[in-house]
Amino acid sequence: MNGKHIGWIVLLLIGLAAPFVVYPVLVMKILCFALFACAFNLLLGYTGLLSFGHAAFLGSAGYICGYSMQSLGLSPELGLLAGSAGAAALGFIFGSLAIRRAGIYFAMITLALAQLVYFLALQFPFTGGEDGMQGIPRGRLLGLIDLSDTMNMYFFVLAVFLFGFWVIDRAIDSPFGQVLKAIRENEPRAISLGYDVDRYKLLAFVLSAALAGLAGATKTLVFQLASLTDVHWHMSGEVVLMTLLGGVGTVFGPIVGATIVVSLQNYGAELGQWVTVLTGAIFVLCVLAFRRGVVGEVAHLIKRSGIRP
Amino acid sequence: MDIFGIPIQALMGQLLIGLINGSFYAILSLGLAIIFGLLNIINFAHGALYMMGAFCAWIGLTWLGLNYWVALVAVPVVVGAFGMLIERTMLKHLYQLDHLYGLLLTFGLALIIEGLFRYRFGISGESYPVPELLSGGFNLGFMFLPKYRAWVVAVSLVVCFGSWFIIERTKLGSYLRAGTENPQLLQAFGINVPLMITLTYGFGVALAAFAGVLAAPVLQVNPVMGSNLIIVVFAVVVIGGMGSIMGSIVTGLGLGLIEGLTRVFYPEASAVVIFVIMGIVLLLRPAGLFGRER
Repeated sequence: MNGKHIGWIVLLLIGLAAPFVVYPVLVMKILCFALFACAFNLLLGYTGLLSFGHAAFLGSAGYICGYSMQSLGLSPELGLLAGSAGAAALGFIFGSLAIRRAGIYFAMITLALAQLVYFLALQFPFTGGEDGMQGIPRGRLLGLIDLSDTMNMYFFVLAVFLFGFWVIDRAIDSPFGQVLKAIRENEPRAISLGYDVDRYKLLAFVLSAALAGLAGATKTLVFQLASLTDVHWHMSGEVVLMTLLGGVGTVFGPIVGATIVVSLQNYGAELGQWVTVLTGAIFVLCVLAFRRGVVGEVAHLIKRSGIRP
Repeated sequence: MDIFGIPIQALMGQLLIGLINGSFYAILSLGLAIIFGLLNIINFAHGALYMMGAFCAWIGLTWLGLNYWVALVAVPVVVGAFGMLIERTMLKHLYQLDHLYGLLLTFGLALIIEGLFRYRFGISGESYPVPELLSGGFNLGFMFLPKYRAWVVAVSLVVCFGSWFIIERTKLGSYLRAGTENPQLLQAFGINVPLMITLTYGFGVALAAFAGVLAAPVLQVNPVMGSNLIIVVFAVVVIGGMGSIMGSIVTGLGLGLIEGLTRVFYPEASAVVIFVIMGIVLLLRPAGLFGRER
């Protein structure tokens, strides 16, 4: 048993116990954002690509899921599938354009494309513009389980999260993941080894977008609404913050980061405008003094103290 | 008189607004390019500092009674000094790290600045009166040209081409270009490179604040005016490429005009046209119109 197995078991236990201790809707929100941040980390932490437009996938999958359930009457599992597929398709378009430039340009391009999606979401009639989509039904899972029950919904969200997290974990450990890390460490060398770097980057981008979409669609199901907040650039910044705070390139970091940021927003709601300032301040602090993040810092301490996990 | 069924008055009016927006794109992308050249940092806070410029002008007028002309000189100096403070205290620790950290730090700064102004002023915005000397306008026969708008375009062009002249044609500019190419070698020649970096960042920020003061009487002075603008400016920078100063100016003005034309002929697309152009340019010429890969 290694550190990762312990991590998985702890995660599972916390996931099973949490709704009996904390307000379940808050835990569901945390799980959605944790999956979102993990999907983002696949790109930043393991491929070295900073996407500043991931809100586009979260938000558009939410709209697609909401539309297909509310107007087309699809079941929740098909709604999630439609949302993820839509986000993957969007990810393919974004990725194909953005990987044409590297580094800092990549971030600017994804940000600009996400802003394009924001304006489209504002203008398309089916998104409901400023009001968003409201009263989306949760439906019955596989026609059997009624998701309007909070606990049923919770365990469904937990299952979706664990599935998404498992996919990311598998991808990182696979030969595909090793190539991604090689690209992150030294792109020219990966090219000289004969890897088609652009295809790997694109595949990582599409996978990340699809899982971000899964998170967005699940979030729509939980809150029964889809709104412009999820496509706004602030959201793209938030997912960067969650990942940075938790630990870029660590498996569990984004989960920790998402938990901290979502709890902060939840319990700090009375701070009002100060939340933005606080978010910015955490950003500055993380970049200046805390680049390993919470999990990265803990792992570093364990390594230095010589304890073998 | 109509052109393609559009009254020439409306067409010219929108073109003028496009040219004004284009001037702001040009000044901001110029500043971003200069900063990126020397610091290797994309200054996400550029939009927030532009907004700060507009607000400082408003605060100067309303609280201290300083008129527009004083603000036009004083605000860029004050905000530029603030920028230099940021560079000295925070950015200078990042030069050895990946470029992305600079983007993330300045993103955080943008959130802080915007959040503080939103806390103090709300999001409804304040209006800034057009200075008396420039109120009214000229009747050109085919259109009415407000004096202030003509002034914004004229002074922006002067600032843009002035910056181009300083960078491309003077000794000071040659230091800057040398620093962009190889800072170690420049340092070996006895130039104080860290000081130059600080001043360059200050200059870029001062340009943004100057654009903010110019914008105050035409646009609503509003805490979110900067973040809306900066994303468009990023797209402008991607389209133009950051390799050339003149490229930034031409791309900025050109895209402003295109946006203005879109507003006349197909208003629904005016918010997205620049992003769509960015996509097309990336497909056809990934390095940008004036860029070179580095």
